[in-house]
Amino acid sequence: MTRYLLIGTGVAAISALEAIRSVDERGEVSVVSEDPHGYYSRPGLAYYLTGELEESLLFPYQKADFARLNASFYRARAVRILPTEREVELEGGARLPYDKLLLATGAQAIPLNVPGANLAGVHKLDNLSDARALLARAKRGRPALVTGGGITALELAEGLAARGMKVHYVFRSERYWPAVLDETESRLIESLLRREGMTLYPKTELTEILGKNGKVTGARLSDGKVIPADLIAYAIGIAPRTGLAREAGIACERGILVNERMETSLPEIYAAGDVAQAYDPAAGKHVLDSLWTPAREQGRVAGLNMAGQPTDYVKSIPFNVTRLAGLTVTIIGAVAVPSPLAPLPKGEGNMPSPLPPLPKGEGNAPSPLAPLPKGEGNAPSHLPPSPTGRGAGGEGRGEGDLLAIARGDSETWRELPHAIIAQSGFEVNRLRLMVGETRLLGAVVMGDQKLSAPLQKLIRDQVDITPIRSRLLTPHAPIADILAEFVSIGNGKQVNR
Amino acid sequence: MFSGLFRNERARREALTAGQVTPDSSRCVQCGICSFNCPIGIDVRRHAWLGQPVINSRCLTCGECVARCPRGVLTFERTNLFAERRK
Ligand SMILES: Cc1cc2nc3c(=O)[nH]c(=O)nc-3n(C[C@H](O)[C@H](O)[C@H](O)COP(=O)(O)OP(=O)(O)OC[C@H]3O[C@@H](n4cnc5c(N)ncnc54)[C@H](O)[C@@H]3O)c2cc1C
Ligand code: SF4
Ligand code: SF4
Repeated sequence: MTRYLLIGTGVAAISALEAIRSVDERGEVSVVSEDPHGYYSRPGLAYYLTGELEESLLFPYQKADFARLNASFYRARAVRILPTEREVELEGGARLPYDKLLLATGAQAIPLNVPGANLAGVHKLDNLSDARALLARAKRGRPALVTGGGITALELAEGLAARGMKVHYVFRSERYWPAVLDETESRLIESLLRREGMTLYPKTELTEILGKNGKVTGARLSDGKVIPADLIAYAIGIAPRTGLAREAGIACERGILVNERMETSLPEIYAAGDVAQAYDPAAGKHVLDSLWTPAREQGRVAGLNMAGQPTDYVKSIPFNVTRLAGLTVTIIGAVAVPSPLAPLPKGEGNMPSPLPPLPKGEGNAPSPLAPLPKGEGNAPSHLPPSPTGRGAGGEGRGEGDLLAIARGDSETWRELPHAIIAQSGFEVNRLRLMVGETRLLGAVVMGDQKLSAPLQKLIRDQVDITPIRSRLLTPHAPIADILAEFVSIGNGKQVNR
Repeated sequence: MFSGLFRNERARREALTAGQVTPDSSRCVQCGICSFNCPIGIDVRRHAWLGQPVINSRCLTCGECVARCPRGVLTFERTNLFAERRK
């Protein structure tokens, strides 16, 4: 009888557990997590903050569901992997044996590194306990300061605003989220935030958090200004929780490196979800996502392989639908826009072509885990200024506000596709397409979401857009209408699967 | 360029002409907003996890779950077998 041990109770671990049970009903499964709340929807935390969801609704699984999965759950922190003994040590010294081990430890917020960051009232948003703590401190009419970038920073800002706080949003870059959005999109979001009553401080840094009796009272900014605040919330990027793996000698770059079977460099040890850095055949390298659906899929693939059913992970086009400043936004594929300074990529190395260029003997090959290059080629340690190393991001070097990717984020979005941009709409509804030679490589859909699902499919299925390509690229073309027509008539069959 | 219909109205209108609530699992983050807003307590979220349409005789096809889902997971699909079989 196989003994399975899963570390984590996020979606990757739960999905792995389900997959194991779909193959092996009798094996002994143990699940260890330090999160007292177990499995819940992490993206749902944003809606919990705004008050759209009650806390009890964050839990997709009830007791009966867990009972059906027939596993032993331990609430504990795993502190050490002992690969030779095939055991994992928990805090307190107890050890659990394994035949197959899954590391699904997720990612956590990169801590804010300024004086005063340890004062009470400085918050991040990784888990339900964090969300509860934030809500406990959010007081109607009182000032709060949010700093950082990406989706989570706005989720924090909007959650606090929804709770009646007066929000000050401080960010380093010249505009909001330049790594993924173009200038028009950033400006649109900024104007909506201002309309909601927030005060924005672009090109500004938080230099010191001020406090009294151990509690936050405000913050000093790089321009010397002091802003009173009861609460400081930050989202400056996340770091995969690779500690356990690194210490055990498992090969890691920014995350734990896995092959297409989700196997790490050590035998019988797998990794999945936010902690895993999986091979992307399109990019020819291992990349990080912090997205629910890939985490679920990686968990499923890991579980099947652990249970002896060989299955390959096929990385899909990263995709998210989120709300930025009250506006629904879909981001699909590679959407970075070249900054005025950065030259366009030459050639097509970046295109997710069906036949990706083979990595040149970089130990980057998907299978079986080859020894890793020292210094790790494409990323300077675990906090690259631009995770894909393509200088995408519109800000030249670095993203300013994010030291790494954030939640609900993907390194792939920062890829500078070899594409021509077609866009329309500069008000609340906006559509931006990254038009490749024969297909679409990426899209940003803001506001009206009618084209969100069709575009997801067009990009995922690499549908040939030659029939409409030149029309899409005509200046001031009504690209939304052209696409809508293409999807509903011409290629409806291909798209409606 | 975009017709200005609100999502709510659109979903309700579609409900009148179409059949069952069908999820696209790849978009779902299991937040639970759909289940929370279903007036008769159908666990729509579970359907979305399993990728199964809501085949429940109690479903009012009111469109509430479709309209509230923040991620465009849910749509009404015609319960027309011919349309479903077509690839
Ligand atoms: C606020 C927020 C908003 C988000 N928004 C979106 C979004 O809009 N769209 C989207 O697709 N994704 C979003 N995400 C990301 C998404 O939630 C993650 O990609 C997904 O949850 C990853 O699942 P996971 O199982 O890999 O890791 P996690 O869910 O992070 O689970 C990791 C688990 O491991 C446990 N653990 C870690 N180390 C140890 C240890 N040493 N011992 C014991 N237990 C340990 C943790 O307690 C946790 O239970 C968001 C996340 C957050 C926090
Ligand atoms: S509201 Fe949408 S995203 Fe949330 S659980 Fe339901 S179907 Fe999934
Ligand atoms: S259509 Fe209405 S009744 Fe049917 S599942 Fe959705 S919310 Fe519930």
